[in-house]
Amino acid sequence: MELRGKKVIALGERDGIPGPAVAECARRAGAEVVLTLTACYV
Amino acid sequence: MGLEDQAAVKRVADEHGSGVVVLLGTPDAESTQTLAQTVVTGDPSYAGPLAGVPLGLPVLHVFEAEVKDQVPVEVYEAQVALMEMSLDRDAILAGLGMARRLDGVAEGG
Repeated sequence: MELRGKKVIALGERDGIPGPAVAECARRAGAEVVLTLTACYV
Repeated sequence: MGLEDQAAVKRVADEHGSGVVVLLGTPDAESTQTLAQTVVTGDPSYAGPLAGVPLGLPVLHVFEAEVKDQVPVEVYEAQVALMEMSLDRDAILAGLGMARRLDGVAEGG
């Protein structure tokens, strides 16, 4: 799937890739990030 | 996924319609499978705003080659590469593959 032009929900996780890092990848791939979250499971 | 996060995902999906794609940065197979299931068939714990709400959104993981190939190398290196080396990429993608088989999670393309 091509991300360019898509609206992306970036669902990161504290113990994995944080939301802002996922969002940056999506943006730089040409997508529009419409929501960024970083889940935290304890 | 937390209740507030589920509410936010539901609001954004309702607002933007079917053109929304979910990109995951989860660290293991279980969390990958659970989150994928939540945004496709609904909250598996039936506790949050997405309980019984099948959004049916396409789900990708940032470790997938088809995602990595679209991100400039220097950005991927800065944002993802270190975690990709320390996490079990194969297990994570296997978890996503399992979710796709079980729940009909849409693949790319």
